[in-house]
Amino acid sequence: VVTAAELLSVAAFIDGRHAQAFPSFGSERTGAPVVAFCRIAGEPIRSREPIAEPDALIIQDPTLLHQVDVFGGLRAEGHVLINSSRSIEELALGELAERFRPERWRTLSASELAREHLGRPLPNAALLGGFAAQTGVVDIDSVERAIRERFAGAVADGNVAAARAAFDLVGEPARA
Amino acid sequence: VLEQIEGSRAVARSVARCRPEVICAYPISPQTHIVEELSRIVKAGELEPCEFINVESEFAAMSVAIGASATGARAYTATASQGLLYMVEALYNASGLGLPIVMTVANRAIGAPINIWNDHSDAMSQRDSGWIQLFAESNQEALDMHIQAFRLAEEVSVPVMVCMDGFILTHAVEEVDLPSQDVVDAFLPPFEPRQLLDPADPVTIGAMVGPEAFTEVKYLAHVKQMQALDLIPDIARDFHEAFGRTSGGLVRGYRTADADTVIVALGSVLGTIEDAVDDLRDRGYRVGALGIKTFRPWPMDEVRAALGRASRVVVLEKALAIGIGGIAALDVRVALEGLPVEVYSAIAGLGGRPITKGSLVRLLEDAEAGGLGLTTFVDLNHELVERELARTRAKRRSGPHAENMLRDVGVVAAGPV
Repeated sequence: VVTAAELLSVAAFIDGRHAQAFPSFGSERTGAPVVAFCRIAGEPIRSREPIAEPDALIIQDPTLLHQVDVFGGLRAEGHVLINSSRSIEELALGELAERFRPERWRTLSASELAREHLGRPLPNAALLGGFAAQTGVVDIDSVERAIRERFAGAVADGNVAAARAAFDLVGEPARA
Repeated sequence: VLEQIEGSRAVARSVARCRPEVICAYPISPQTHIVEELSRIVKAGELEPCEFINVESEFAAMSVAIGASATGARAYTATASQGLLYMVEALYNASGLGLPIVMTVANRAIGAPINIWNDHSDAMSQRDSGWIQLFAESNQEALDMHIQAFRLAEEVSVPVMVCMDGFILTHAVEEVDLPSQDVVDAFLPPFEPRQLLDPADPVTIGAMVGPEAFTEVKYLAHVKQMQALDLIPDIARDFHEAFGRTSGGLVRGYRTADADTVIVALGSVLGTIEDAVDDLRDRGYRVGALGIKTFRPWPMDEVRAALGRASRVVVLEKALAIGIGGIAALDVRVALEGLPVEVYSAIAGLGGRPITKGSLVRLLEDAEAGGLGLTTFVDLNHELVERELARTRAKRRSGPHAENMLRDVGVVAAGPV
């Protein structure tokens, strides 16, 4: 999760914007529920407060959906991308999504894409590729560059392939 | 070159460009990523000559830094929280001997209760240790301050602590401009020690000093910190010329010129404060902010000049002097002695509690409305405190506060064993 937020910030930076990524300070351990944040803006970012009202949510682990109030503070216009092979309706979120912009809520089987392209169910890259397509906030080429700056060799190639596959699956940017 | 990287890695690379010859490291969150990156840099042969020494404790880290510095090596270490406390005895030796060590403190709370998150309790506990203390507002400033810190330390022969907020800065990934080696080399000359353990020209360092000269040695340490007050702005000016950006210095005001109410703070919270100030300005409030970049030595005149025209000052700090309240607030009061300025203390962000723009706006609105007491605990959960106080009144063996209160707030792990 922390890596995903970092990669997203790097992609935004490559796009020529200002970005700030940070973990939910201190509790980032493999296995524990973790939140990481990313701010992206056209001007330098001064704020250091955690993001309480996100414009977009990427949920890596759908088992958290009914344990933690992951949608708390989400803006009415907000985007939601959930790592799941099931649909929003199958996750019993259809009713909740209706109170927002349901066309901005979608799922992506990112872990399966990762398993296919990377050989391991690490959904970061696929989710970022899907996010790029869904929101248009970052360019998919910048996502690829961010991945290649962070990883090398087969790991980089696999992650890039997963991100590209997710990007194509989610489709062209549906800008508001 | 602009890069989007983690604060810890940015600082490590900046430190490496200062060409330290000895780096002593003992890991502790949230400082660990800094020494990890330095370890990688040294192992990769990107910094030569440099000896990276894994020590067995923070006490050893500072002791090794003292030894290295006394033999003329540029010495660096980093720590946080309990680690800083563990090296305290050696800290006083470093400053008392006048050895220009530079150390990063990745600010973190002090236990008990154990807490790994950010506040300024660690650095504030050492405000009288004789170390110069600089507080960075951003990762850019943190890495810039390290370059300035080596020059400052070596010029006055006093150790310098560069404080950066743990996690909030150390673990934040944001853009920084990492200066090139040649610009750093031009700005920071090789270390020319004022005292040197050199077999070719033997001296002793660390004599026992009795009542006949102890006061004078301590007084000189004070004089050197006062000299640093003149030197720090000069170095910041030189830095601006060499690197093209403003970093460091003694204090920095934000919209203070005509402000009725000024909020004073140290470190990374200043960014959120500036956002809050802008919001309030948009609504017609005349508010401003003053960032303390250098806390020791205390920039008395600059603080007085920056705050003297205000009607009231709110000193927001991430530390608490238990039994009295604010720490920096006391220093601000001294700086404003004799002026008709009301000084309020606000304690916020202890143990990693987020300081939000909303809370800052409410604090400043309360201040403008004359509703602040001498000491305010921002976002304190009064109900939680009252419940625990009620328990202590009801029963002698009321149990440990921390566990009781965690149970009240529903943290599962705190349930009865």
